[in-house]
Amino acid sequence: MEQDNIYLPYLMQIEKVTDEAPFVKTFRLKFSNEADAAAFNFKAGQFGEYSVFGEGESTFCIASSPTREGYIECTFRQAGRVTTALATLDAGDTIGFRGPYGNTFPIEAWYGKSLLFIAGGIALPPMRCVIWNCLDLREKFKDVTILYGARTVDDLVYKHELEEWKSRPDVNLVLTVDPGGETPDWKGEVGFVPTVLDKIAPKSQDTIAIVCGPPIMIKFTFPVLEKYGFPDDMVYTTLENRMKCGFGKCGRCNIGKVYVCKDGPVFTLQQMKQLPQEF
Amino acid sequence: MEIERKLLKRSSLERLVDMMRSDGNMIYAPQKKETQVVFDTIETFADMTEDYIVSNQSPKFVAFPKIEKILDFSISQEGIRQEGTQLAAFPPVVVLGCRPCDADGFDSLTAIFNWDYKDELYNERLKRTTLISISCAQKDDYCFCTSVKGHPGSTRGSDILLTRFDGGDYLAEIVTEKGKALTEKYAALFEADPGIEKDKFLAEVKPRFEVEGLVQKCMGMFEHPVWIEQSLRCIGCGACAYVCPTCACFDIQDEAAVSKGERIRCWDSCGFGLFTIHTSGHNPREVQSQRWRQRVLHKFSYMPERLGVIGCVGCGRCSRACPVDMNLSEHLINIAEV
Repeated sequence: MEQDNIYLPYLMQIEKVTDEAPFVKTFRLKFSNEADAAAFNFKAGQFGEYSVFGEGESTFCIASSPTREGYIECTFRQAGRVTTALATLDAGDTIGFRGPYGNTFPIEAWYGKSLLFIAGGIALPPMRCVIWNCLDLREKFKDVTILYGARTVDDLVYKHELEEWKSRPDVNLVLTVDPGGETPDWKGEVGFVPTVLDKIAPKSQDTIAIVCGPPIMIKFTFPVLEKYGFPDDMVYTTLENRMKCGFGKCGRCNIGKVYVCKDGPVFTLQQMKQLPQEF
Repeated sequence: MEIERKLLKRSSLERLVDMMRSDGNMIYAPQKKETQVVFDTIETFADMTEDYIVSNQSPKFVAFPKIEKILDFSISQEGIRQEGTQLAAFPPVVVLGCRPCDADGFDSLTAIFNWDYKDELYNERLKRTTLISISCAQKDDYCFCTSVKGHPGSTRGSDILLTRFDGGDYLAEIVTEKGKALTEKYAALFEADPGIEKDKFLAEVKPRFEVEGLVQKCMGMFEHPVWIEQSLRCIGCGACAYVCPTCACFDIQDEAAVSKGERIRCWDSCGFGLFTIHTSGHNPREVQSQRWRQRVLHKFSYMPERLGVIGCVGCGRCSRACPVDMNLSEHLINIAEV
């Protein structure tokens, strides 16, 4: 009957640790049990509960794409009790993982359209999953633009992948750092994400915008998208709230009647506008 | 199934307790402990008190314990081993003397623990639990079951409902298959329908508000200032959630010593400031009025809309337990009127 215990995590082994930015790491994880690996699948946008035994569980997205099979990746910033414990782990160590939970980005519904990804800071990981998912199906989409900003050059995550996207002719990558965060040899933009978005004047026709970032960035990005004519149901974001269970029981992630863990984490701007102001 | 009526004499109830116990059931019943009436295991019927309106703490813990172990883990040179709680090892439980409102509470909990993902920790415990409720001959000013679709003699949620009548014997109403199986197992103790008029032995609880209208109204109340006024004196202690028979919010924590430990699920409260706080420091429910709003709307708006059940059974425990005398039914009347 143990398998009926929905709180029991999979055991996963850390295969690779990548330092992304100060206090930010990526783990590549493999299932310790092959049967778990065979039974597991997920879609872009979903999240999980990652745990260090003895410290507890922490919620973050699956940062790798479902098109890359055989492993999952998570990227986290060392901030609280669990992430501080995670940060001390190395390749070969074992952690717990429950998931995948939550809804997904409707990628198939976007076929034939252009994609505009807008991310800020540590919010690139939940979007990286979607970006790679779409890039692995590149012929299905028209133009792909990625606008990514961080406070400083050092805070940009996935630096090696940013290089790869920059060199691809089928991806238009725009990088920016907040004023004062640039280095002498910085060749990207300097300015906040909404400002840079306005500068690149995105075309809204047949384009899906996916926005992910801190609340302040989201708040100022939506009006820019509106200015360029993006309809509310073509703009997507992924929300986060404190969670414990991940499946609508522990009672803390809801925004009004909407549960971020079950109804989200992926929402359209149209859905966001119907939420009460409590997030 | 159609409800069957039987007579259960007081002496037979005493024997029933003994027999159920010797058959391996844990029997929880209300007991007087210092100034409180609490559910605890009894050995004989005499351990139980019948002098209570509702117990101070609800019996929800039989299916949703205050602290539930999810798994054990150990860390050694060989790596990490974990073992999940063995659901099959949960003991058979009888709750004797819960009130109709308490039995009703399990319907709310069942809805929460089974929308989409099925919580078998809860389900297995409830499956092994038989609820023998006793209808209410007494009430106090905090009781408002009839305002939230309940009744002092409601059979809903109980497996067997007992109603005490003249002389101390009981009318036993057999409500569920589980209750029927129990009466068949101990058939000699249950006699023919005493033919009494049950309502004569029930407390009268007058409805105070119209709940369907309240639920409708709550859907448009999010921005209303009433939450601020009502919660000004709330100290965020969470007592209301801990005594509530329908509150299901929980936390998950690890407790460990060096190389071994356990992961537990424990009760939590939306009244606590830390309940929703992010690691970044951002808190979606920053002030007490937002938490009070969540408490009321969760029960009277979100649960009815999402799960089809009201998250309140009108037992009044939250109001009796509140150290600053916030009275839920009065606040609900106030919400209906503003």
